[in-house]
Amino acid sequence: MEFLSYLISGISLGSVYAIIALGYTMVYGIAKMLNFAHGDVIMVGGYISFCAVSYLGLPGWLSVLLAMAVCTVLGVVIEGLAYRPLRQATSLAVLITAIGVSYFLQNAALLIWGASPKGYTPVVSGQLPLFGGRLTISYVTLLTVGACIVIMIALTLFTGKTKMGKAMRACSENKAAAQLMGINVNRTISLTFAIGSALAAVAGVLLCSFSTSLMPTTGSMPGIKAFTAAVFGGIGSIPGAFLGGILLGIIESLAKAYISTQLANAILFAVLIVVLLVKPSGLLGKYVPEKV
Amino acid sequence: MKKRLLALVMAGALTLGLLAGCGNDGGGKTGGETSPSPSASTPASPSASTPAEPSAPVEPSAPVEPSSAASGTFKIGGVGPLTGDAAIYGQAAMNGAQIAVDEINALGGAVQFEFKPEDDVADGETSVNAYNNLMDWGMQALVGPVTTGAAISVSAKLYEERVFGLTPSASSTDVISGKDNVYQVCFTDPNQGVASADYISENLAGSKVAVIYRNDDAYSQGIRDTFVKQAESKGLEVVYEGTFTKDTQTDFSVQLTGAQSAGATVLFLPIYYQPASVILNQANQMGYAPTFFGVDGMDGILTMEGFDTSLAEGVMLLTPFSADAEDAQTQSFVAKYQEKHGETPNQFAADGYDAVYIIYAALNAAGCTGDMSAEEICEALVGVMTSISVDGLTGQGMTWSATGEVSKAPRAVVIKDGVYVTP
Repeated sequence: MEFLSYLISGISLGSVYAIIALGYTMVYGIAKMLNFAHGDVIMVGGYISFCAVSYLGLPGWLSVLLAMAVCTVLGVVIEGLAYRPLRQATSLAVLITAIGVSYFLQNAALLIWGASPKGYTPVVSGQLPLFGGRLTISYVTLLTVGACIVIMIALTLFTGKTKMGKAMRACSENKAAAQLMGINVNRTISLTFAIGSALAAVAGVLLCSFSTSLMPTTGSMPGIKAFTAAVFGGIGSIPGAFLGGILLGIIESLAKAYISTQLANAILFAVLIVVLLVKPSGLLGKYVPEKV
Repeated sequence: MKKRLLALVMAGALTLGLLAGCGNDGGGKTGGETSPSPSASTPASPSASTPAEPSAPVEPSAPVEPSSAASGTFKIGGVGPLTGDAAIYGQAAMNGAQIAVDEINALGGAVQFEFKPEDDVADGETSVNAYNNLMDWGMQALVGPVTTGAAISVSAKLYEERVFGLTPSASSTDVISGKDNVYQVCFTDPNQGVASADYISENLAGSKVAVIYRNDDAYSQGIRDTFVKQAESKGLEVVYEGTFTKDTQTDFSVQLTGAQSAGATVLFLPIYYQPASVILNQANQMGYAPTFFGVDGMDGILTMEGFDTSLAEGVMLLTPFSADAEDAQTQSFVAKYQEKHGETPNQFAADGYDAVYIIYAALNAAGCTGDMSAEEICEALVGVMTSISVDGLTGQGMTWSATGEVSKAPRAVVIKDGVYVTP
């Protein structure tokens, strides 16, 4: 029974990682860049939702929609101002810019909302008792896992079946060729950022419902772990990000419970290193040989 | 191959970052010679300017008219986290200190204070830099640092350069041990751990205790160590111990499940209020409701913005200060603080306030003058600290041992309807 509750908390944590990792992987897969500011967009999403509930008195679900709207705009603006001018630059320059944007967002949040942590009220509360109360699952966990699965399926269908999704895959394969085929590359990448940022807002709300305290640095550690999850599952692959996130959550939770809470993070990254040594492109990643 | 290389480099960088994050205490290796003192043009010898040597322990009992044993303008520095995770403590302590400084200056006595707070983000190295800045400014005595890790770094500098330091709230014995010129306003960690174990074994007899503490933090680890030792000698059963670190303070479901399945009825939390708020929330979501017992770091949970105070109902904590106390001194401080900062002061504000009055009392007892150097003031104050007694917000008749440890009575409060009440 104990093992089951550890497993459940791992899956719940993993689902949050998975949603964040989906955002990372979308942007990497299509724009071929690591958006390190993703974790901070999550934090902004959390704050927007917090403000909507605490200051405007809006209900929880509406605050999620508001957070998604704000983050979508934020994502598109960041892409337009910071990343688009660097489209032809080396990937290292873009990476550094992304880190810069990340610090900018953190410090802007520090200015706007201050340093003291805010207590976030979960969007749903209560728990579901199972086996006569010997095992309880909180509704937040159910919501998180549900949201994660829905988002994963929706994204897979979107990139596989729609015209816009096809355009995205084309951009991912070869930007220049896609442009020659009449695809507006800039618009496609903007759309990718819009989707990624909307996902970040959802992740922000779920993350804060899970860990209930909100600070300007809230997004950075989950952001790094979700990036790990994306690499673990094979960066660029949507089911990979999902699998990577869930596995990472479970490993973290079980390592904490049965090995050591201090070493949990170290174990996590050690597993990542082993996986990358054995399977360099991640669990579900495709191995693409470099063309000469 | 590019992708593989990138992945490996990133993984390596992350792991390195993780390892580097482990040992951020200690610090204090910041180079640079600080100018030792502002050096008054006429270095008055301390004895020459002392009008009357106080023979018996003086009782300056905080806000009364100055006994005018000391005179001149003194530069008091403050170091604490004004931004970052622990900002609530530093801001409160510095605001409290500022109120005390304003009060003393408004008395218009012979002693006037200039007060300058500096931000250290609760980090050892930044704290030493803040201290160096203050020394350049001409600081003669220090109120701070506010947090333990930073205070350990700075207290070494204080000892080395002979500057008097009084920390409002850094509670580890490591801050004061071996340093004759560093004193505390708050209880030491051992004191809190022992007092908590005593209280639980006397008032919540027969309970099974679980401890969740942060083991990369000297404060939390220190209290936990003495608590567990005292619990053992009192026959109190500790059934579960869970740990966490700075990087894992957002998820406690594993530790809470562990405590719950071990059958713990009391959950001892020698941690700061921010992770504690997460624990209260997650325990609530799990439907687990033991008696939560905190120490002074739990103070501040009720003023955390957005925190649902109904979750803290029934939480017990040790605190030396309660804003609801009836005495005139507390009432006047709370009123002033609310007027100036729009919120109810917590214990850290009271600690900062008391720190300034303690320095004031000590300066008077030693008969210091404003033109003395930081080093002269330090030696003079060290000479009188063990003989003075101060009535402050955080305790009546506070006295100090030569080690720098304060002696005052801790008391437990329980949270009822969003305020502290005495159980």
